[in-house]
Amino acid sequence: MSTESIALPRSAAPPRPFVDQLHQWVTTVDHKRLGILYILFALLFLLVGGVEATIIRIQLIRPLNNFVSPQVFNRMFTMHGTTMIFFVVMPVMFGFANYLVPLMIGARDMAFPRLNAFSFWMTAFGGLLLYFSFVGGDGLYGAGNAPDVGWFAYAPLTSKTFSRGHSTDFWILSLLVSGFGSIGTAINIIATILCMRCRGMTLGKMPLLPWLNLTMAGLVVLAVSPLTAAQLMLLVDRYLGGHFFDTQAGGSAVMWMHFFWVFGHPEVYVLVIPAFAFASEIIPVFSRKAIFGYPVMVAATMCIGFIGMSVWAHHMFTLGMSSSANTFFVLSTMAIAVPTGIKIFNWLATMWGGQIDFKTPMLFCAAFLFQFLIAGLTGIMLGSAPFNWQLGNSYFVIAHFHYVIVGGILFTLFGAFYYWFPKMSGKMYNETFGKLHFWLFFIGFHLTFDFMHVPGILGMPRRIYTYEPGRGWDIWNLIVTIGVFFQAAGVLVFIGNLLWSYLRGALAESDPWDAWTLEWSTASPPPSYNFADIPEVKSRRPLWDLKHPEDPDWQYE
Amino acid sequence: MQSSSIDGAFRGDDTSAGTSVGERRSNALIGVTRSNHANLVKAFVTLCATAATAFTEPAHPSMNPTNIFAPVSTPAQSIFDLSIFVLAVTAAIFIVVFSLLAYAIVKFKKRKTNDGREPTQVYGSTQLELAWTVIPILIVVVLFLAAARVIASIQNAGQPSNAIQVTVVGHQFWWEYRYPSLKVVTANELHIPVSDLAHPTPTFLTLLSADTDHSFWVPRLAGKTDLIPNHPNSMWMDPHETGLYLGQCAQYCGTQHAKMLLRVYVQTRDEFDRWIQEQSRPAHVSDTVSEGQKIFEQTACINCHAVGGTAANGRFGPDLTHLMSRDTIASGAAPNTPVNLRRWIQDPSLIKPGSKMPAMGLTDPELNAVTSYLETLR
Repeated sequence: MSTESIALPRSAAPPRPFVDQLHQWVTTVDHKRLGILYILFALLFLLVGGVEATIIRIQLIRPLNNFVSPQVFNRMFTMHGTTMIFFVVMPVMFGFANYLVPLMIGARDMAFPRLNAFSFWMTAFGGLLLYFSFVGGDGLYGAGNAPDVGWFAYAPLTSKTFSRGHSTDFWILSLLVSGFGSIGTAINIIATILCMRCRGMTLGKMPLLPWLNLTMAGLVVLAVSPLTAAQLMLLVDRYLGGHFFDTQAGGSAVMWMHFFWVFGHPEVYVLVIPAFAFASEIIPVFSRKAIFGYPVMVAATMCIGFIGMSVWAHHMFTLGMSSSANTFFVLSTMAIAVPTGIKIFNWLATMWGGQIDFKTPMLFCAAFLFQFLIAGLTGIMLGSAPFNWQLGNSYFVIAHFHYVIVGGILFTLFGAFYYWFPKMSGKMYNETFGKLHFWLFFIGFHLTFDFMHVPGILGMPRRIYTYEPGRGWDIWNLIVTIGVFFQAAGVLVFIGNLLWSYLRGALAESDPWDAWTLEWSTASPPPSYNFADIPEVKSRRPLWDLKHPEDPDWQYE
Repeated sequence: MQSSSIDGAFRGDDTSAGTSVGERRSNALIGVTRSNHANLVKAFVTLCATAATAFTEPAHPSMNPTNIFAPVSTPAQSIFDLSIFVLAVTAAIFIVVFSLLAYAIVKFKKRKTNDGREPTQVYGSTQLELAWTVIPILIVVVLFLAAARVIASIQNAGQPSNAIQVTVVGHQFWWEYRYPSLKVVTANELHIPVSDLAHPTPTFLTLLSADTDHSFWVPRLAGKTDLIPNHPNSMWMDPHETGLYLGQCAQYCGTQHAKMLLRVYVQTRDEFDRWIQEQSRPAHVSDTVSEGQKIFEQTACINCHAVGGTAANGRFGPDLTHLMSRDTIASGAAPNTPVNLRRWIQDPSLIKPGSKMPAMGLTDPELNAVTSYLETLR
């Protein structure tokens, strides 16, 4: 690898007028700018989805509360779920993939820069379309009306009979539009990783982050396509007299469930595999050790991808499938615990014997390991079909999947924000506020989601706008709601830290973490062309080789 | 140093000491994992089983009437037994992995006295990775077999000839119960006989839906099963103790999903037979309330409601023939008192906003008359 690419001088161009800059951002096809646009878009929606969650929790703070009406409550949980899945976690993962994949494989951009821009704007307008329903949901009929059919929108609640007006149409169209964006980005990630790696980077020498994003992108193509098809069928039902899901005319409500969950379960892996990718980059660097068992980590990821396509009906254990179907989906669901367990053990072994430096990114990743362990174990409980007949659709499920999505995904995501913030912004974040964010969010997370398991065990179903007193649920719901305020405070500290650091923070070096992958070999922030000379690598840790010429990795791989 | 060593590729950053340091580290890792595993599993399986049982102890039924860990019926009981096993296994896994993680982050935290040298680089270990692949596979097989057994025992249970058969129809937002062989139709409060071991009389439910998806969940009696239009389902229960068992709809079905409450009255066989007998009779019609009956039959009430033996034979709403035999109205949302009944007829959204029953805009005298009429339907 050439040394020129290690430390490029900071570009010293004079600042441009605001309109010029705005124009550049809107028309950009640069993977880094699109990545940042994705991330900012997701952060905005994170705040919106967080407000919705807070409204839900205030309503449930005590039995028979009247903070919001049932109609508003139903809109809130529908919008919260749809927003967080489709317009927060997916875009933010695409954003990081966009930003990091070309840098980590030594490329100058994604394979299809224009498709990249197109995909981002499709996702962005999909999100805006969803929220436009608050204004235009009922169109000519009067006041706005957001979707209230639940984020998995089971048929036949979505049919014209039960869901009048246009709120459900906004839900369908926004997911249809953003779905095309997701498929575009996934194709782009696959093409980039397969075709644009720098010299010497065989698939076996590629860092884990691109590997995991390759798996994620493959899953997006396989999973979002059936969802898109189902949305089209639902539109046909609603407007062209189709009967796919119209049970009054012989359609099948169960078919919608299959369509949705054959998307919905791989979607969990679409979200969590990039989170694994962050952990697989951050844990080695802050433990000062190479990732333990690289080939097994790749194999386990692919394994999760393949098995993940065959477990969808564990979301449907209560719908009355035959005992043999239930048994099969128990087996496939439990099987996925094996590769997931391998990953946890390999991260553990990576830390073992290291010198773990608990800077903010590593704090978040360490908490992720514990929390993801618990999420996996409650997943095993839910995967045991008979246990699921009790726990399914209860608050236990809500606690379980928030343990995955918040405790697993969001924690590593926060870690990733702090880890790559110096690279993206060229500034260092404030470590004290980073740690404050961690502890606030950690306390809030555990108050909310640890105690949320209990009302589920005590028989509290999900999606109820209020509950009866005397069921033993009151105290648990109170604690759960209190936790939300800690989480909100944590997120505000996070946003404040990012803003303050961007405007006032110390300048970041090109390689503040003494890390090993190619993105740290170029300036912070990287120039638009990424690398003055396209690097050439000989191992999975090219910067280790550079820093330890007496003892390079390629001698051992 | 050879990368084809049996423990995989590892080495030290200090090449002169690389081989010995690397091997020692790698072997230590194997040793600790194995001994921890063996000891901890033994010690904690018992502990976890105790903890899981302890958790259910304070959950007294009167405090937690919908606790899944207080089963009184065979399906709920076999799920409970499986749950305890699954909880014990997962708790054991949790304690082992948690301890290892906690040990690692404390033991290998960067020291203040760090000399700036990179730690020994270990790239992997085939033996270790094989171990933490094979052991989880074995655990998974055990958990799978345990689940498969319970699935078969619940789903494939035969229906004895003396079983009570009830057809449950889910509506937005109430429950309709039909006893086809006993010629009884009622709403929102299910009555079934207790099933003692000497004379088992299980109840088999056929689950249908009139509109959207619903789910029948009375945690102490059985797991939940969905009611899906065009997709008849079934479930069964054989409660061993009399009493009132609560639950509620567990599949989002629209605005008032939260107030689609379930009440199951488990009665002795005699009480149940008496109840069936009372429910089979036509409505009690009294001349003193003929004014209310007239209003009831001349407004839209009878489009949806039936009162046996009268002109009212609507089927969209609950059958009111024996309304006053029920403890609650509005699918459990309010106690069945004259005041509540009057409020409900006046404007259902006062009790259950989003309910499908419209406010009929009756005047006060009309309201009083209709309420008085309904109060005679015993």
